[in-house]
Amino acid sequence: MKRGLIMNKLDNVATVLDDVAAGETVTIRGLPSIVEISTLEEIPRGHKIALVDIPVGMDVVKYGFPIGYALTDILKGSYVHVHNVGSKRTEE
Amino acid sequence: MKTLYGYRRPDGKVGFRNWTLVMPAVACVNHIAALIAKDIPGAVAVHHEVGCAQIGADYRQSLRTLLNTGLNPNVGAVLLVGLGCERVDPRELAEEIAASGKKVEFIVTQELGGTNATIEAGRKIVTDMSEQLAKIHPEEVPLSSIVLGVECGASDFSSSLSSNPVVGYVADTICANGGRAVLSETTEVIGTEEILTKRCASPETATKLVDRIKRMVEYSRSEDRDDIEGVAVPNNISPGNVRGGLTTIEEKSLGAISKGGYFCPIVGVVEYAELIGDRPGLWFMDSPGYDPECTTGLMACGSTLVLFTTGLGTPLGNPVTPIIKVTGNRVTAVRMRDDIDIDVSAVLEDGVSLESEAAVMLDTLIDVANGKQTRSEALGYRDFGITRIGPRL
Repeated sequence: MKRGLIMNKLDNVATVLDDVAAGETVTIRGLPSIVEISTLEEIPRGHKIALVDIPVGMDVVKYGFPIGYALTDILKGSYVHVHNVGSKRTEE
Repeated sequence: MKTLYGYRRPDGKVGFRNWTLVMPAVACVNHIAALIAKDIPGAVAVHHEVGCAQIGADYRQSLRTLLNTGLNPNVGAVLLVGLGCERVDPRELAEEIAASGKKVEFIVTQELGGTNATIEAGRKIVTDMSEQLAKIHPEEVPLSSIVLGVECGASDFSSSLSSNPVVGYVADTICANGGRAVLSETTEVIGTEEILTKRCASPETATKLVDRIKRMVEYSRSEDRDDIEGVAVPNNISPGNVRGGLTTIEEKSLGAISKGGYFCPIVGVVEYAELIGDRPGLWFMDSPGYDPECTTGLMACGSTLVLFTTGLGTPLGNPVTPIIKVTGNRVTAVRMRDDIDIDVSAVLEDGVSLESEAAVMLDTLIDVANGKQTRSEALGYRDFGITRIGPRL
């Protein structure tokens, strides 16, 4: 089983705790109910997966706080990292 | 809880090591200082790159760091080694450290006539100082006598999910018992102003903290970005952070501030290597995130123990204050076992609670305070670096 962890109920991304390949299912704990998400692409251990579709410009939320904004439309199950997330604090 | 023992110094402060410190007044005599301390039990030399050819704010900052290193309660006695023509005056520095009641002496290489004469004179003094200090026995002290520095380096996803919050619980415990903790790394609080200012004990402290963060943001924006695999990454996170899964400074900061606990108030903000005050609670030291400089600043501002979290693993140590390294990444705990003191990877791998790991960590912290060597102490690490403001002359 591939594992993921969500830190806050407001989050729209989770951290995957194992390396996952495209098409694999990640079982995400941290909410009252366990969420299962199918990945659209390879995601390395410790990196982030989108829990929902995140339209361009929208906040990417982890720990219940924005950690940046979507630079492109990010689909549910996508790999979320520097290629599709910008910092509000360093790129204004 | 285990009983805590410490060395009570003449000024009332409590240390957990009993060093005779050999401190060069200027980098030109670093090697002499190292040879003076070599193989004398209880003696340690600092190696630094300052003491001359600096002006203004940089000079004052360097001087403050050397002075406050001598004042750290983990140090019982100090020998200052001067060259004779440097800007830092070893005589003045000796007088200021001696005002704390510690035994302090100084020697000057140009007056003594070269390397060998200085080493011979220095070793005689340091041997005597160390023998005197060895007669002091540690006494039982309360948890409130701890000044705990918290720091993270080579962070990855595991830092924010496990090691940082566990350290935060320990910091809260120390502060709740009347002790002090010091959070720093101004770079790594960018984006958390709203959370931290709510914890500030006064509006003045909040304003000072926000001012320091603004200054760091402007600085990090002022230079071009590095390029990693075709993507321009922000200047304030490292290539290793990006490979480890951290995307933005906001993400890194939200994870980083959990080291400073969750409820203890932020009672003051100090400059790099400036002594913190007596008020119990969390202090913030304005500093870069760069590990050797940050830990040197934490030690100089008064930290007698440091909990240092690392995701990818780092070997860092300090000549005066024990650096206890913690990882929440099981791969790192195994691969970098030479350098890791505390493994909290059971949080992510086995679902062990943060609270129970914090209880174990507090016990280990007390063991180290009571004399157990950290990995970096056993390996002989003596990292000492002073941050810079302007150019060097």
